[in-house]
Amino acid sequence: MYDVAVIGAGVIGCAIARELTRYTGSVVVVEKGEDVCTGTSKANSAIVHGGFDAENGTMKAKMNVLGNRMMTRISEELDVPFRRNGAFVLCFQEEDRPALETLYERGVKNGLTDLSIVSGDEARKMEPNLSENVVAALWCPSSGIVCPFELTLGFAENAAKNGAEFRFLSGVTGVARGEDGFTLETESGEIRAKAVVNAAGVYADRIHDLLLPHDYTVTARRGEYCLCDKTVGGLVDRTIFQLPTKLGKGVLVTPTVHGNLLLGPTAEDTDDKEYTATTAFGLADLQKRAALSVKSLPTRQVITSFSGLRAHTDVDDFILREAAPGFFEAAGIESPGLTSAPVIGEMMAEKIAAALGLSKRADFDPIRKGVPHIYSLPEEERRAYIEKDPLYGSIVCRCETVSEGEIRDAIRRTPGATTLDGVKRRTRAGMGRCQAGFCSPRVMEILSRELGLPLSGIRKNTPASVLVYGKTK
Amino acid sequence: MKREIVIIGGGPAGLAAALAAKEAGAKDVLILERDVRLGGILNQCIHNGFGLHTFKEELTGPEYAARFEEKVMETDAEVWLSTMVLSLSKDRVITAVSREKGLVTIEAGAVILAMGCRERSRGALNIPGFRPAGIYSAGTAQRLVNMEGQMPGHEVVILGSGDIGLIMARRMTLEGAKVKVVAELQPYSGGLKRNIVQCLDDYGIPLKLSHTVTEIRGKDRVTGVVISEVDDRLQPIPGTEEYYSCDTLLLSVGLIPENELSTGAGVELSRATNGPTVNERLMTSVPGVFACGNVLHVHDLVDYVSEEAAAAGRAAAEYIANGQPERSGGAEIPIAVGGGVRYTVPSAVDPAHMPELLTVRFRVGNIYKNVYTSVYFDGERVLHRKKQVMAPGEMEQVVLKRADLLGKNVGKITVTTEED
Ligand SMILES: Cc1cc2nc3c(=O)[nH]c(=O)nc-3n(C[C@H](O)[C@H](O)[C@H](O)COP(=O)(O)OP(=O)(O)OC[C@H]3O[C@@H](n4cnc5c(N)ncnc54)[C@H](O)[C@@H]3O)c2cc1C
Repeated sequence: MYDVAVIGAGVIGCAIARELTRYTGSVVVVEKGEDVCTGTSKANSAIVHGGFDAENGTMKAKMNVLGNRMMTRISEELDVPFRRNGAFVLCFQEEDRPALETLYERGVKNGLTDLSIVSGDEARKMEPNLSENVVAALWCPSSGIVCPFELTLGFAENAAKNGAEFRFLSGVTGVARGEDGFTLETESGEIRAKAVVNAAGVYADRIHDLLLPHDYTVTARRGEYCLCDKTVGGLVDRTIFQLPTKLGKGVLVTPTVHGNLLLGPTAEDTDDKEYTATTAFGLADLQKRAALSVKSLPTRQVITSFSGLRAHTDVDDFILREAAPGFFEAAGIESPGLTSAPVIGEMMAEKIAAALGLSKRADFDPIRKGVPHIYSLPEEERRAYIEKDPLYGSIVCRCETVSEGEIRDAIRRTPGATTLDGVKRRTRAGMGRCQAGFCSPRVMEILSRELGLPLSGIRKNTPASVLVYGKTK
Repeated sequence: MKREIVIIGGGPAGLAAALAAKEAGAKDVLILERDVRLGGILNQCIHNGFGLHTFKEELTGPEYAARFEEKVMETDAEVWLSTMVLSLSKDRVITAVSREKGLVTIEAGAVILAMGCRERSRGALNIPGFRPAGIYSAGTAQRLVNMEGQMPGHEVVILGSGDIGLIMARRMTLEGAKVKVVAELQPYSGGLKRNIVQCLDDYGIPLKLSHTVTEIRGKDRVTGVVISEVDDRLQPIPGTEEYYSCDTLLLSVGLIPENELSTGAGVELSRATNGPTVNERLMTSVPGVFACGNVLHVHDLVDYVSEEAAAAGRAAAEYIANGQPERSGGAEIPIAVGGGVRYTVPSAVDPAHMPELLTVRFRVGNIYKNVYTSVYFDGERVLHRKKQVMAPGEMEQVVLKRADLLGKNVGKITVTTEED
């Protein structure tokens, strides 16, 4: 019997698990996928929002502003790439200026003190590649960019370090209340816990309905993206939003923490919670919209496209509550969910600990060190690593310069990589411009060796994502 | 450490360059290769058809590489395997790393870029749909089948008719897979005619020109693709969609010179080839840095790679021996292109430094039947040669004579195609 079972190993489930390990009591994270960070947390804009967008008085607004403030500490504790690069919201027409001012005022009411409205020329002075059509812009210096994989992994690994367990390929199919707690029916057997946390992303409504009467519906709102090569990552230094107008919400153009350029997202509701395909229309549409923000959009430098699903609810705000005694929910966590994860984790853990009467532990260790990215270290440190372990000198992914040593480390961590995509999220091997063409056979070999599986047993991600079918004739 | 000639890449280009440099009297030649063996891409090309020009016999890729490797091994050229070059500076300082040697910094007298090319990926095509397992570049599939002995799939659709894709259509068929169709965006194939005949026609595999993949289905593993016809502007025509069930999509949609190191060193690139621009000595815009093989422009026959690389090797040896002048700006005659010619390599010549006979290679951008290849020195036509068929997939060449150019004050050379 665990004290707490968290359903869902996205950034929210992992943040809650990590914060729970500050307290006495045992924690298990129960995940349908084969790894952490396989849902929405792996495919989003990766912006640590300033907090001017959310309506005044909402949970979203509150969590956003607090989460943003916490991100510096969290990124240091968990070794997560994070940079406060600042954000502009562009206004293209004089007649839209009142909307820009409304946004400014909303931000101020949400508690932001760093906002200002600048002229088109001032904005272009800071960002020379901005379109000549920009007449004014909202400037938010505290906005940032983060690596969503590392943030989720950081929470997960630190939770594991402090004793949390992870159960993968364990989709929850039933939740029942017993005398002393809950029994979760999962694809890998039963799990019992005194308290349950529903952090199942786009599936949160389904989990809710397993125990309680239907209350809210999560609609998957798909967002498509194009990712461009690092050679054009410097097109802009800040995150560039567009002011929502009659024509739509607008798309962003932003550098990523790893130096690529990201364009997107679109917004389209789908009734399929697995529909992460991209569409010809969506990709063309987002490029067309993104092109409005900058002087010339490097569409020839697109190296990949992807889409993510927002967990949009009819409540239109984060649902953070104890829905029934011992049954907690963090549902409808759409944007700014990534930004809010640190504070959602903290707040939910506090609630749960209070309900279960758990007390703070003295031996909680808040520090997590990520897989070292040897080739982004200063030369001295890099040399030292290679001298200590020559496997760091054997390059496997040439686009992102990732060594065999780093890949091995990623596999040996807890929770460790077991798939090509797991290695990719942890080390960036395969994220570069050749999109794993060159390194995937090598990474498969390393996985095969480390996990003691034949090559035909290695997967891209899910159990059905077979890569090779065994020996040739 | 200081070294005379450092060659980056130990494929056919690097090997031929090393050999020629030694033969031209270079004392110190070092090859850096990131793989565990020499031979580069040839190691996975186990089909026949290599070396017809060079050795007058049909060899497999590994056999062709082995011949060069043996000759290089007879010289005292040094080879470092499993060594990845991380960066090259414009002063020819190389940083490299390997398991054995750790991080190494090398100051090179001359550098020969011979890193080859890489395949364009799915992302560059922006094909909509899911991102399942079962999408491989043709070269990755070739490596899996020929070097790891692993079957990447059973029912295959191939997008792009580049040579590796064509070769893999045959290879997968021989391994028992069903290759359903090869779709090519352009109205012509990007591969060699002989490969279309020997790899598709002989096995009854249909080639659909002016077609492309417009959707990928299957969330975990590919379950099928949609193929559509495209119009003159290469845009899919609505209503022409056809669904093919398959578990594998191979991409053979073009090769791009590996130019990370080149750009890092400030080497000027050609927009047409994506490789460095070079002069008659195959020297790039950075003095002492030469280029050859697929890193310079993508070749279809290895024999030409060896020939070109040998020229680069000799030029590097000469550069070391004579401390040759910098790229000689004013004295260079630019080579312009016209008609259907997309580019030439080299793109400029200095008669004072060119060999007696200089091969200028080029590609055309479309299929041309019964047209002339012409060369002009300013307004004067000096070569006029008819050819039955010229195609983008087949590299062409003309030869310039030093005697014709030296002291003649030619301002511009033009290579073009003409109707008559
Ligand atoms: C297009 C887009 C752009 C965004 N941009 C930003 C941004 O810039 N900044 C920002 O702050 N936020 C952004 N967000 C929001 C942010 O990505 C999400 O709020 C956050 O990732 C949600 O995390 P999660 O853990 O709730 O969901 P998920 O990451 O989806 O995790 C839920 C997990 O639950 C698991 N699960 C589901 N059902 C079951 C079951 N029955 N049993 C066991 N496990 C189950 C799933 O497999 C999954 O791993 C964006 C979102 C999208 C879609």
